[in-house]
Amino acid sequence: MHKSLLVTAGVIGLAFLMTTAVWSADQHDSAVDLGRSATDEEIRAWDIDVAPDGQGLPPGHGTVAQGAQIYAMRCAGCHGPTGREGPQNVLVGGHKSLQTVKPLKTIGSYWPYATTVYDYLRRAMPANAPQSLTPNELYALVAWLLYQNGIIAENVELDHDSLPRVEMPNRNGFRLDPRPDVR
Amino acid sequence: MSRNTGDEKKTSNHVPRSALPTRRQFLTSGVSLLAMSASSTLFGAQDEETRAPIDPMRVPGLSPRPYGERSRFERQTRLVAGTFSTTPLQDLQGIMTPSALHFERHHNGVPTIDPTRHRLLIHGLIDRPMVFTVEELMRFPSTSRLAFLECSGNSRDGWGEAQDVTVQALHGLTSTSEWTGVKLSTLLDKVQKQRDATWMLAEGGDAAGLARSVPLTDDVLNNAIVCYGQNGEALRPEQGYPLRLLLPGFEGNINVKWLRRLKLGSAPFMTRWETATYTDLMPDGTAYQFSLVMDAKSVITKPSGQQQLQPGFYEIQGLAWSGRGRITSVEVTSDAGRTWQEARLQEPVLPTCHTRFRLPWRWDGRETIIQSRCTDETGYRQPTRDALINVRGVRSIYHYNAIQSWKIQRNGFVSNIYA
Ligand code: HEC
Repeated sequence: MHKSLLVTAGVIGLAFLMTTAVWSADQHDSAVDLGRSATDEEIRAWDIDVAPDGQGLPPGHGTVAQGAQIYAMRCAGCHGPTGREGPQNVLVGGHKSLQTVKPLKTIGSYWPYATTVYDYLRRAMPANAPQSLTPNELYALVAWLLYQNGIIAENVELDHDSLPRVEMPNRNGFRLDPRPDVR
Repeated sequence: MSRNTGDEKKTSNHVPRSALPTRRQFLTSGVSLLAMSASSTLFGAQDEETRAPIDPMRVPGLSPRPYGERSRFERQTRLVAGTFSTTPLQDLQGIMTPSALHFERHHNGVPTIDPTRHRLLIHGLIDRPMVFTVEELMRFPSTSRLAFLECSGNSRDGWGEAQDVTVQALHGLTSTSEWTGVKLSTLLDKVQKQRDATWMLAEGGDAAGLARSVPLTDDVLNNAIVCYGQNGEALRPEQGYPLRLLLPGFEGNINVKWLRRLKLGSAPFMTRWETATYTDLMPDGTAYQFSLVMDAKSVITKPSGQQQLQPGFYEIQGLAWSGRGRITSVEVTSDAGRTWQEARLQEPVLPTCHTRFRLPWRWDGRETIIQSRCTDETGYRQPTRDALINVRGVRSIYHYNAIQSWKIQRNGFVSNIYA
């Protein structure tokens, strides 16, 4: 009798402890045992972004001449033979147009980092077959686009080392959001 | 609304197919039989798509159905244009936007994602890189809140010549939903975010691989949600099924849809969308970057562009919202700005949500201009178009939030003007 009372009390106590454990799990959500560790292989397969310092650029290289060929085959249909004609976004030109009444924002006139061109083409272009280009093709396309915009010379070969060092004309054209700016 | 087919015409003179009993029901149900025989006299000869019994009390109604649809008499739709569609603000009631009418915008189509195969990867400056299934995320302690989402390109026509169109066409890239999911901070605790992780890349699993850098400020850490729910059910595909990021008050684009990856870092990642695209070009040729918060805006939705008024009573109604918190006041003028009256804010009035305002009004048949201007809890007041353009010029594309003016002509027609 006495013993069973003690057991009962113990059970109640345990139940109380378990309840508080559940409650604290709610407050400290890291106690939730959901999800699993990511493998290095998984991360490598998905980690496609390229930072302005070049982090994330894969090994590879490409020339302006190679880029011209790939561009004609894979891009010109949507962006025009020289990147100026459309019908989709104009990719070339607009130099010194940002202060005019008709600003033309292109890779050459507006984009602050050459690495962003690589990042964007790698994830999104060509729009009808995204993520189908090899690293060498991507370096070549970036080289051709930068050459067309008068940013690099025709004989430059781009790779993971030289691409982040390309200086873009509008590198300092941005400032942190100052809003609210209108009184 | 699908049109009736010839087949349906054959089966019945008046009753639409959905209202017809199956052959079996027909054979076993005397009531249906009665309805059928009575149909020719009980149904009016109306437009085929809106046929209804003359007296619904004398015809049995429809059976329960597994997934509901609105009445066939309701025709409000999104306005679809290229890569976006707009919410019919003029037709909404209250503050919620039905999921089916939530605006959409995407950068290479709406992906079709099998939720059982979808994964969220979190890596970078954290101690434990982890992968989560959607089902696992749904087992985490959940959180839910209402919030508006607005494309920063909403109202962008305002920078140019006044377009004579509806409020939906001008301002319909904004909607309010209830969003349900896991707090971002819960997940970042779980993966043990490192102290120097001040930025986070959020990447979508769509054909644009859309990616944005999110500053990990206290505000973001307190309020961001990794969502799987919208208005009581799963996210709609257009809103990011099966997972999206919600950053209440921030421009639509950074609320990354079809979320598949979060990477923590110590600097912004400078994706195309935060450099080439969603930056605001100023008259001096420089551009605002990371202009994330949506400033307060209000717009009168009734009456609004392209509507036709008769002299008499109207309740002026509209919506106001601010990325910086609650709307505290909306003033309305119905005499082209000579006098302003405080509108009534209709409950619920919630932070970073559409807020409905109302003001009774009688149109006397004279030409006039109506406008609204809102103030939010930070004291910020919606600017005039002149004040906005004075600072930002007319070429910044995004974040247009000036006072909207509707002109009511003597013939009762309402049109968009700058006043
Ligand atoms: C099927 C048509 C199509 C093809 C082919 C195509 N693009 Fe695009 N491209 C687009 C569209 C559409 C956009 C705009 C996407 C958006 O607004 O998010 C775009 C955007 C871009 C941009 C960003 C422009 C800016 O100013 O933001 C670049 C750079 C680009 N494409 C390069 C390329 C390259 C290089 C190729 C060839 C490998 C290519 N595109 C092939 C349709 C295409």
